[in-house]
Amino acid sequence: MATVDLRDVRKTYAGNVEAVKGVSIAIADKALCVLVGPSGCGKSTLLRMIAGLETITDGTVAIDGKVVNTTGPAERDIAMVFQNYALYPHMKVYDNMAYGLRNRGTPRDEIDRRVREAAEKLELGALLDRRPRELSGGQRQRVAMGRAIVRNPKVFLFDEPLSNLDAKLRGQMRVEIKNLQRSLGVTSVYVTHDQLEAMTLADTLVVMNAGRVEQAGNPLDIYEKPASTFVASFIGAPPMNLLSLSQNGDGPALPDGAKLAAAPKGAATLGFRPEDAEATVANGAAHEGLSLPATVEGVEPVGAESFLYCAAGGGRIVVRVAGRATANPGDRLEVKAKPEKLHWFDREGRRVSSI
Amino acid sequence: MIGQSPIRIGIAHIVLILGIVVVAFPIYYTFVASTHSLQTILRPPLPLVPGDRFFENYWTALFGGVGRIGGVSVGTLLLNTTVMALGIAVGKIVISILSAYAIVFFRFPLRMMFFWLIFITLMLPVEVRILPTYKVMVDFGLIDTYAGLTLPLMASATATLLFRQFFLTIPGELVEAARVDGAGPWRFFKDILLPLSKTNIAALFVILFIYGWTQYLWPLLVTNRNDMGTIVIALKKMISFADADTEWHLVMVTSILAIVPPILVVLFMQRWFVKGLVETEK
Repeated sequence: MATVDLRDVRKTYAGNVEAVKGVSIAIADKALCVLVGPSGCGKSTLLRMIAGLETITDGTVAIDGKVVNTTGPAERDIAMVFQNYALYPHMKVYDNMAYGLRNRGTPRDEIDRRVREAAEKLELGALLDRRPRELSGGQRQRVAMGRAIVRNPKVFLFDEPLSNLDAKLRGQMRVEIKNLQRSLGVTSVYVTHDQLEAMTLADTLVVMNAGRVEQAGNPLDIYEKPASTFVASFIGAPPMNLLSLSQNGDGPALPDGAKLAAAPKGAATLGFRPEDAEATVANGAAHEGLSLPATVEGVEPVGAESFLYCAAGGGRIVVRVAGRATANPGDRLEVKAKPEKLHWFDREGRRVSSI
Repeated sequence: MIGQSPIRIGIAHIVLILGIVVVAFPIYYTFVASTHSLQTILRPPLPLVPGDRFFENYWTALFGGVGRIGGVSVGTLLLNTTVMALGIAVGKIVISILSAYAIVFFRFPLRMMFFWLIFITLMLPVEVRILPTYKVMVDFGLIDTYAGLTLPLMASATATLLFRQFFLTIPGELVEAARVDGAGPWRFFKDILLPLSKTNIAALFVILFIYGWTQYLWPLLVTNRNDMGTIVIALKKMISFADADTEWHLVMVTSILAIVPPILVVLFMQRWFVKGLVETEK
């Protein structure tokens, strides 16, 4: 129904604080774009600029090809779901959903039809006469979604909509939001600080840091080829292991002096994912790729898998082991990783393509 | 309560009953006096039970007119006082809710200066600025008018501050949700802010109505004609130094009539704002 185009968008607050430092993103029609990053990275500011709740210092925001920089939030044809739901406490669920339509002068029977349709979709039919305070967190969340749906907008904006729900409900709502967005086919922008939410929901994932886009693209591509150490440590749980390398005469080496045969020129940091590593009892067998002596410091059994926290290569790493871990704290192991599973980053933290 | 023994309950009740007697007896006695003839009142002791002149006394006071205040009926006084108390209460609420709305939700130049100007008026109660205010009222020709009675008492920093504090607790997301829903400033005020302020408005109304009802100094200054007086002023005027001149039975009737409307307002509004409290409670 609509595309969203951000071109070199900037936001400077009073006192010369730059919250967003030139962001360009193109969101395709019907796509769900997730903005993810730590708090203060400018993702919410960006969303609020798309919504029209925040003025745009520089650059352009276009919805459906039309620049909307100076258009008010009501005229942008967007709907927003807020973190704290922002339901009108004195209105019944029905009126909460109908309010936006009423303000637009939609005919009464049309409002009624749309509200009931949305209520049915969200299983809110029995709650239409309740007030928000009589609803549970999940139900309130649904009403907030309903309020967005009835408007039939060009773009949905989600501002950390699930962060006030408990873990179980969050997983459930995540699936529902995804399905709903698919079935309605509405272009959406979704802001979250939860990388799991970001990975599972996104068609396009945008990782932000300090007001800039660190990396944008397909979530799995980002997972497999993080463009920087920041992305590598932000996406994935537990995050990618990062070991800093020292430079000596013949190329990068680990702090303990172990040479790395596969290291490309200029690599300053070595990274590998916990699930790409293997921890075995040292057997001296020759190994292509990474081979690190490690001391187990802690074991975290999660059930289907276990995480071994180890000291290795002058830093701390995590290794994922399927099922029950047999290792105990204090054990000496050898951590191995295949050469194609190793990631290299330069001094600035940028990815260096392996040879 | 912890450890409720019958003796404790008994003592508590005795204390409470004593308290009620101390507070209520004078009011009861006033009522008793208002149902006797002047002769009975002036000839002690005053009986402890109501007499047979209830209808006669109240009828005379309400519709007949009382001699010492120029033959004005208490009915007129009640009307005047109601108009003044309502005018002050409603006027104060309207002005202060609008100014608080402007100060909290809009960004305009000198916003904080306006806020502090309003705040400073807290330090200038009517009594302090009474002479200049009186002069202004005379110049506008507002002596002996309802406008003169109510206008100077309407501007209220207290109510503005109260609404400001309440508005500050309204989450920003709610304001933004309303903006996305296409509610302009007026719609937001009417559809969201006013309904949410119901409880505060009810509580303020009770306080301000009683404040207006019991005003003494200002009505005394700004009204000269007896038929523009308020019930509190009239009550004072009815009592003469010479006991025989005073129509005590009518004074008693007027006293009773003077306390009925505030009681009604409290009873009525109390139910209303308890309902409000229960409704907005989360």
